Amino acid sequence: MLALVVAHLVLAGLLPLVSARSRPAAFAVAALPPSVALLWAFSQTGPALGGGVTESVAWAPALGLTLSFRLDALALVMIILVSGVGAVILVHSIGYFDRDSPQATRSAALLLAFAGAMLGLVLADDLLTLYVFWELTSIASFLLVGQGGERRAERRAAVQALLVTVFGGLAMLLGFVLLGQAAGTYRISEILADPPRGGLVPVALVLVLLGAFTKSAQLPFHPWLPAAMVAPTPVSAYLHAASMVKAGVYLVARLSPGFADLAVWWAPVVVVGLGTMLVGGWRALGETDLKKVLAFGTVSQLGFLMVLLGAGDRTAALAGAAMLLAHALFKAPLFLTVGTIDHATGTRDLRKLSGLRTALPGTAVAAALAAASMAGLPPLLGFIGKEAAFEAFVDEGGARGYLVAFGLLAGSMLTAAYSARFLWGAFATKPGVEATVVHHRPGALLTGPIWLCAVAGLVLGGAYVLVDLLVMPYAAAYPDEHGYHLALWHGFNIPLLFSALAIGGGLLLHRARATVDALSHHSPVDAQRGYRSTVDGVSRLALVVTGRLQAGSLPVYLGVILVTFILLPGVAAVVAGQWPADQPVYDALVQVPLALVVVVAALALTRSHRRFTAVLLVGVIGYGVGGLFIIDGAPDLALAQFLVETLSMVAFVFVLRRLPAHFTERRPTWLTRLPRLLIAAVGGITVAGIAVVLSAARVGPAVASGEFVRLAPEGAGANNVVSAIIVDFRALDTVGEIGVLFIAAAGVSSLVLATRYDTRRKRESGREQVSSGQSGPDHEREVLG
Amino acid sequence: MIIVPTINLTMAVTVAVLYAVGFYLLLSRSLMRVLIGVVVLGHASNLLLQLAGGPPARPPIVGTDPAAMADPLPQALALTAIVITFALTTFLLALGYRSFVLVGHDEVQDDVEDRRIGRQKADPVGLGSDEGDGDDSDDSDDSADSGAGDRVASTDDAVEATATGERERP
Repeated sequence: MLALVVAHLVLAGLLPLVSARSRPAAFAVAALPPSVALLWAFSQTGPALGGGVTESVAWAPALGLTLSFRLDALALVMIILVSGVGAVILVHSIGYFDRDSPQATRSAALLLAFAGAMLGLVLADDLLTLYVFWELTSIASFLLVGQGGERRAERRAAVQALLVTVFGGLAMLLGFVLLGQAAGTYRISEILADPPRGGLVPVALVLVLLGAFTKSAQLPFHPWLPAAMVAPTPVSAYLHAASMVKAGVYLVARLSPGFADLAVWWAPVVVVGLGTMLVGGWRALGETDLKKVLAFGTVSQLGFLMVLLGAGDRTAALAGAAMLLAHALFKAPLFLTVGTIDHATGTRDLRKLSGLRTALPGTAVAAALAAASMAGLPPLLGFIGKEAAFEAFVDEGGARGYLVAFGLLAGSMLTAAYSARFLWGAFATKPGVEATVVHHRPGALLTGPIWLCAVAGLVLGGAYVLVDLLVMPYAAAYPDEHGYHLALWHGFNIPLLFSALAIGGGLLLHRARATVDALSHHSPVDAQRGYRSTVDGVSRLALVVTGRLQAGSLPVYLGVILVTFILLPGVAAVVAGQWPADQPVYDALVQVPLALVVVVAALALTRSHRRFTAVLLVGVIGYGVGGLFIIDGAPDLALAQFLVETLSMVAFVFVLRRLPAHFTERRPTWLTRLPRLLIAAVGGITVAGIAVVLSAARVGPAVASGEFVRLAPEGAGANNVVSAIIVDFRALDTVGEIGVLFIAAAGVSSLVLATRYDTRRKRESGREQVSSGQSGPDHEREVLG
Repeated sequence: MIIVPTINLTMAVTVAVLYAVGFYLLLSRSLMRVLIGVVVLGHASNLLLQLAGGPPARPPIVGTDPAAMADPLPQALALTAIVITFALTTFLLALGYRSFVLVGHDEVQDDVEDRRIGRQKADPVGLGSDEGDGDDSDDSDDSADSGAGDRVASTDDAVEATATGERERP
């Protein structure tokens, strides 16, 4: 199975080579791997419907990561959608895309890559494997919706689809991890065999549902799906009707046998699904773009599927699996019909189309067949699925059963109404609208796939026994109470009445279309507006946070760092540390006058306004610290300190020759100085306090130091322990230190030489001084406007 | 080696003052003052490193009684730190000098790009609003009122025009 998936992806990578010669050929080649996958799946039907076919490839065994695949009844149904319908749509694409279409090369490769990812998704038997393919399909969708990214609508729709589905995907990943940890395994089949309970499992399930709802465009995440209709029609037919948007439904179907008895699982699924079915159906009645009508219809149908597959009932699961198949077989041809009409007439606005029934009779008949299946007319597959759905909830009875049953009835009326609206909009001869001109008649490549899918819906409706055989092993995961089987005729019963009511009500709604159309535009809440304000809000929040944190002022940054230092380690030291009881005032009397010199020099430093005075005071501090080193018994340190201090003073004097005598800084007012003073004073006290507390907390001598002293004479051949440490025991430190010196020397010389170079060039060319841009007043004017 | 290494009060005050002065200078806008602040902080840190080793004692030379000997390890670390402080000082000095030569003063300026972000009110990405599908009427730069947000919008338009191959309308 992995080989099949990889074959899709590899061939997708090679497809541009074919496209370079002939674009139609590229689509023809792209149709091959899905066909092979479908044939392979059919060849495995026996074992798949029995125990399932499994395959496992160790990925990172040490981490327990495996690529596990499993072909069972549900996966087989999904493969018919993914590979079967996929191949049909790729054949349709041969005729749809023009020979010189710039979109064709990209679309062919991406559609094939998507088919591979989707195949992997439905075959995955491991939560993490599933997640990887899940996100791959999101990315393929983003690229296919965005196309060249040349039109604003395409870019926005692509970003919206990506943001919404990836947000859900990440939530789902978190849910998967929680679920996998609770179950002790990531194998889906093992989790379902012994579903975990309690603990974080409810949280995990809600997170997983979030992923499923975003992917399958459920309320309130649905607007991305209609927006994604800017993509070429074959893409919409494949990704946004037949397969990708079913991923969420598939995930719910996959996990329901293990979790549907929990209210945290079935309640959101049923409520959100029903809501989506009604809202989607209602919105479809107000759209004028045929593709949008179908898109909202898809949203509605996805809600329907959610309810059926998440309810946790055998009959409902049977109905759901059958509807899964039926939906792909009627929605894909309807989309392809729109594509064909668009291709033939140049418009898909139902207000402009008229008289196509006579102009494109073949397409009209095939589309009518598909739409009839969508509306639930016998003897089509859609009717069989819908009958089973009504049966499931009417039979269940109780509050939940009847509420859902009537909800489904209302949703089915809307479905019938927008099916009629679609057919009327696409093919009817409308009074007052001149007959649409057909520029070029659709060829067999365009209409053939429509016929194939539509007829399949009819044939499977007749051969319902086959469908029953196919989906029964999936439904068998639930207890069998009534022995219900899919069939065309169950006798005169309530589900049949519901079916009749749905179709009758739908036709009435369609007859009153003027009123409905007007009403459907009045909506108190708009999910698209919600998405927009969420994105705007996040971006505004980012702006505010960045504007606050990234103030662009060095003193502010340093102040924040210092305040953090004071608040975190400072407070921790006060709270947890213990002030030493017997702190001496001094250890050696000489420390006091030296310390006094250093302190006075340091305080004077803050008051000095002349650069030279400041440098001299720094020198006093340095020499004073050197003196303290001598008292502490560190002659090497003192020597280094005196040498370095002297060298620093020389360097300072060299630079000070060129700088003005006074600091150029504006004299700060007390108000601006006060926070600085406060932060600095508290910061200094904090450092000293932490030092005292920590030094008092020491309980014994440093072990390492004792070893250094013991080993110095023999190990390093040195009597001075400090030099032994520096050149021998910790020689690597010293090498690093020398490296730092080299780098600093290189930096200093390049900075000085650059100045010298500028001066020479200025002298030679007589031009103005070079300006570095940043910080210059001109630059500031330019940036701030 | 002596086991009571508590830093005495005089030294603690010295360290506190040195750090406070260093922080104070670091927070100022003059590059030279910042540099001097770094130097003072360097002195303070070196002193603190040495003090962490314990109270005054005999130099760590072999032959001294190990019990009366100062801890050699902090000394070695402080020695390394002193040299590195020196390297840092000279580099900052050269940097300040170069900045003075180029800009004519040695003040640390605010980053104007950052200030512009702070002032910006408009949606910087433009993902949220999708009015005007396809055409760019929603944020054309005809309304040339000053403001940072407009700059971004007009840049976006320029990109748009290049991408679609459309020339901007006059």
